[in-house]
Amino acid sequence: MADGARIIGREQLARLVEVLAARGYAVMAPTVRGGAVVLDEVHGVDELPWDVGDVQEPGSYRLTERGDGAVFGQAAAVKAIKPVLFPPDELIWRGHRSGTQFSVTDREGQPQRPVAFLGVRSCDLRALAQHDRVLADRAFPDTRYLRRREGVFLAAVTCADPADACFCTSMGGGPHPEEGYDLALTELVDPHRFVVEIGTELGAQVLAEVGSEAAAPEDLAAVRDQIASATERMTRSMDTDGLRDLLYASAESPVWDEVGNRCLTCMNCTMVCPTCFCTTVEDVSSLGSADAERRRVWDSCFSEEFAHIHGGSLRTEAKSRYRQWLTHKLGAWQDQFDALGCVGCGRCITWCPVGIDLTAEVAKLRAAAPLSVGGAR
Amino acid sequence: MFDESLKSSALPKLAVWKFASCDGCQLSLLNCEEELLTVAGAVSIAYFPEATRGVVEGPYDVSLVEGSVTSPEEIERIGQIREMSKTLVTLGACATSGGIQALRNFADVAEFRSIVYAHPEYLSTLARSTPISAHVSVDFELRGCPIDKGQLLEVLAALVESRRPRIPTYSVCAECKRRGNVCVMVANGTPCLGPVTQAGCGALCPTYERGCYGCFGPQNTPNTAALSDQLVAAGMPPEVAMRVYRTFNAAAEPFRRESERQERAVAVAGKGAGR
Amino acid sequence: MTATLERPAQPDAMAPARYRIGRTRQDTRDTFTIELEPVDGPMLRYRAGQFTMLDAFGVGEVPISISGDPGRPGPLEHTIRDVGAVTHALITAPRGAVLGVRGPFGTSWDVADGQGGDIVFVAGGIGLAPLRPALLEVVRHRDRYGRVVLLYGARTPEDILFGDELRSWARDHGVVVEVTVDNGQHAWRGKVGLVTNLVPRAGFDPHATLALVCGPEVMMRAVAQSLVARGVPGDRVRLSLERSMKCGVGLCGHCQLRELFVCVDGPVLSYDRLASLLSVREL
Repeated sequence: MADGARIIGREQLARLVEVLAARGYAVMAPTVRGGAVVLDEVHGVDELPWDVGDVQEPGSYRLTERGDGAVFGQAAAVKAIKPVLFPPDELIWRGHRSGTQFSVTDREGQPQRPVAFLGVRSCDLRALAQHDRVLADRAFPDTRYLRRREGVFLAAVTCADPADACFCTSMGGGPHPEEGYDLALTELVDPHRFVVEIGTELGAQVLAEVGSEAAAPEDLAAVRDQIASATERMTRSMDTDGLRDLLYASAESPVWDEVGNRCLTCMNCTMVCPTCFCTTVEDVSSLGSADAERRRVWDSCFSEEFAHIHGGSLRTEAKSRYRQWLTHKLGAWQDQFDALGCVGCGRCITWCPVGIDLTAEVAKLRAAAPLSVGGAR
Repeated sequence: MFDESLKSSALPKLAVWKFASCDGCQLSLLNCEEELLTVAGAVSIAYFPEATRGVVEGPYDVSLVEGSVTSPEEIERIGQIREMSKTLVTLGACATSGGIQALRNFADVAEFRSIVYAHPEYLSTLARSTPISAHVSVDFELRGCPIDKGQLLEVLAALVESRRPRIPTYSVCAECKRRGNVCVMVANGTPCLGPVTQAGCGALCPTYERGCYGCFGPQNTPNTAALSDQLVAAGMPPEVAMRVYRTFNAAAEPFRRESERQERAVAVAGKGAGR
Repeated sequence: MTATLERPAQPDAMAPARYRIGRTRQDTRDTFTIELEPVDGPMLRYRAGQFTMLDAFGVGEVPISISGDPGRPGPLEHTIRDVGAVTHALITAPRGAVLGVRGPFGTSWDVADGQGGDIVFVAGGIGLAPLRPALLEVVRHRDRYGRVVLLYGARTPEDILFGDELRSWARDHGVVVEVTVDNGQHAWRGKVGLVTNLVPRAGFDPHATLALVCGPEVMMRAVAQSLVARGVPGDRVRLSLERSMKCGVGLCGHCQLRELFVCVDGPVLSYDRLASLLSVREL
């Protein structure tokens, strides 16, 4: 934990939202929508999920009452940073036709206010780092992502109460945000307060406006205890040792047949995954209009159409699509972006309607593989 | 795009036909209101009894066909329509899978007939309700009960512009998630057919926190067995798991197969209980 | 990683440049070559084997390999088979119509890498079109290469592309051109059968050969296996892959073949990199 940690109370948390809004940010924070915690725009701390907890298991999500009054006492929100910086449907360009000619009339779409994220988790920050690699650090970057990404303010929180679906500690992360934030909060109850670590100069300026006090050694000890306790309670895990080679060597494994029989090819896992980035383009024109739009929308390797070329789809079977997803996320991603494509947030486990658990599938592949390619010892 | 032949003086001639159905899909065209004038400007509506008494003789460039085939007379009529139509598009669950009336396919029509009608001998009806595609070739199928008017306009626009209609064949879940909904099945335990159902409605029911009841019929690779297993494991009795597939698209092949699988499960359970 | 991300302004690879159709030439029953001239800016520069995303306004966009001569000024050429709504709109667009062009994208044949040795081109169907720029390059610098062979398989005699050029390459430039068809009618006096069957008798030195192969995947695999079996090293056999592509710059994810983004790492890839990937069904 960084030196110079500060401490704020509930009033200053409210003040933090006000200061960010006054600086022109749209403040996105955890809030309850449709029976789940999502990140959405809030206009005050009363919209935050006070005393709300969650139970996340394979194929099931339920809200609970915590009883301790904590506001950030949930695991990963179903929607966090991805839909904001990488929207499900966005304009690429708009054009106008005149006879057999056309011209591009708009490449920008609606300007968007800069966004401040409050209450994002360590897994969200690490997923954001992946999107920066995939979308920004490229020969041809995604210019729309770049525009939204620049000027983002990140106030993260320590994940005090991970869910059953979580396994970030296996994937090189942990409950405590380590980097890539402007401010990092750790919520302590009894008395209710937030230890704040400062990550950037901008974060320091914002906190100065909010007002804070120096954290006491007991506060810092409580933060360390919370991190240790959260880490210990995360029991789901994935063995990442030699994972890429294991997946590459398992292309013909019977494990794919079995999971292919359970997979709905419904795309839910890819839509909730904070690192999945596949998209398609759609041309939208209406009857009798000389205008047309090219839009980019989220797509998924679980759709048959995804790998369609003249003559048919290259992945007709569910097992081929599941293999593509898992092999890309945990194997090919390492070759492409020198990192794992999974941050262990557990969303794909929770939000799969039939509860398919990728950590279990990896364990099965390991069990079925020979030792020489990373099979189970 | 550059096919001017469709645009100039000779607007494509459009006809709308009704078979066994409730008229709801045709009404979607009338419900287009604002867009109807655009439609009227882009095509010449040559036969549409629901909207106008004027009749223009065939052949037609585009025929929109609503309803399923349930009588011998209808088999003959759809053949004639096909012959005089360059492009034939079917509208809705009845025309694409046989509709709710295909529930007869799972029972004895003679029995229904004798219960419902005083003089069943005057009635000429087939044992099964079948989609249009069981009788003639179909160029494009629009799903739904009723169809989505946006999809109808998209298909008409595509026909006029000689392009492929942008009608997705993947699951409702994709639309639901893009719309930002929270999954009703995972978060509330509400049974939902979204994962096995074709998109196109904009995830209408889940948006109002209700489960999808499959009115757009099966998506292109539906895993109905895996979904049913999950629903049953979550407490749905097999007879209900059977009935959720016996609605608007009961005779669509993947839904029919699944409801019959559940029917067998019910029968096996019944035998077990009787022992 | 930093909390804030700042990057210099970048050009938008998703925005098309406008090109105007000059001439459209019918090559066969269903295949046309369109010639394009830029409307707004300079003519794009490309290498043999690269592709562009061609856009028919309001209809859609498709990846098409450039089939023209990269070494000669002139219009941008694409040879297109009429197989879908977008390709149909492209080939039926009248002279003067404006299309969108993005690119060029992807890797090239790098045929100059074969200088000093033999070159074997193997094409199946429309696959001859992406090879044409490389063939033109070899023909222009004919003296820098040893034996040059083109093995070409078409469905029927009517489907043979660039017939005049095939004759000219054979007659005037010392290219060994062997053509075979799947279905020959009575007037056809040439070979009938798979193009793969032509490989054993093509008469090249396997240890000093660069082979460039383009056609349906199943054909490319068979040809590559045959070439390797005759002693051509896997890294001297290059294939041009076809995959679904929506962006052309490795962002949309559609074209992935395990670790490869075919649009960026390909479309031209050496067989030693592909052999194990192509042998797995539906990878």
